[in-house]
Amino acid sequence: MSQPAAALSELLAAARASGDFSAVVRAIPFARFVGMELTKGDGGGLVGKLRYAEHLTGNPLVPALHGGTLGALLESIAVFAVLAETESPKTPKTISITIDYLRSARTVDTFARADVVRQGRRVATVRSLAWQDDPNKPVAAANVLLLLA
Amino acid sequence: MRTEAEILTLVNQAIGMSPYNAALGMHAIEASREGATIVVPYRPELVGNPDTGVLHGGVITGVVDGACGIAVFLRRGSPARIATLDLRIDYLKPATPPKDVRVRAECHKLTRQVAFVRASAYHDDPADAIAAAAGTFIIFEDQESPMGRLVSEKP
Repeated sequence: MSQPAAALSELLAAARASGDFSAVVRAIPFARFVGMELTKGDGGGLVGKLRYAEHLTGNPLVPALHGGTLGALLESIAVFAVLAETESPKTPKTISITIDYLRSARTVDTFARADVVRQGRRVATVRSLAWQDDPNKPVAAANVLLLLA
Repeated sequence: MRTEAEILTLVNQAIGMSPYNAALGMHAIEASREGATIVVPYRPELVGNPDTGVLHGGVITGVVDGACGIAVFLRRGSPARIATLDLRIDYLKPATPPKDVRVRAECHKLTRQVAFVRASAYHDDPADAIAAAAGTFIIFEDQESPMGRLVSEKP
């Protein structure tokens, strides 16, 4: 018998205390489906990683990653940035996401970080950025609005 | 003129050419020059919150992006390659587990270089939407895509 899975809220509380969100990401089925990981970046902020796998390809001829995988990464890193910076026990809910696709994303690992531009009592505005080899050449960017309470 | 059933078959073949569309389980149930309706079946692997079983927002983003691209191909009726420029998605309410999600996408304006698309996601009733989306696509007139060739194929 395996241990019953801990509730997401319990994992979140532990992650906030330790600053290590990797167990939270592993508990999310869709994050496992797309191969998402979360690490601490050089500057201290969280960095998301989308490990390339064949099923993430959108167009096999270019070949390019599917835009939906980049959207998922950009939205997820925005949520984690807010989770890491707030005390609220609630998981933020996405109000809207606007994604700019800046370059064709190649079929390699992709990284993302997010900056909380403004955090109010109810709404947080977050900008996320995704890149592959060179952080100065982003492949996609997003503006994400999150409802906090 | 192709029949609606023929168009639907070609659109589903086109969806299958994109590995991520196929991995999400996307399939079209309606397709015409006016647009496409795509279904993504509920699956435990696609859940974003294991406590509630609600699908991850990233699933909706993927289906909306894929469905909007199909709508552009259908409206253009030409094999030119396209790429998403931007996509805005408003999450109107959480998806209800374990219901399948449908996305209706329509290309409402086409210029030589840019296509404008609207989409909405819902379970059973299009008037009770989960998400509303708007996107733009760039059209590469000098490049062909096999997906576009398939959808625009003359009988």
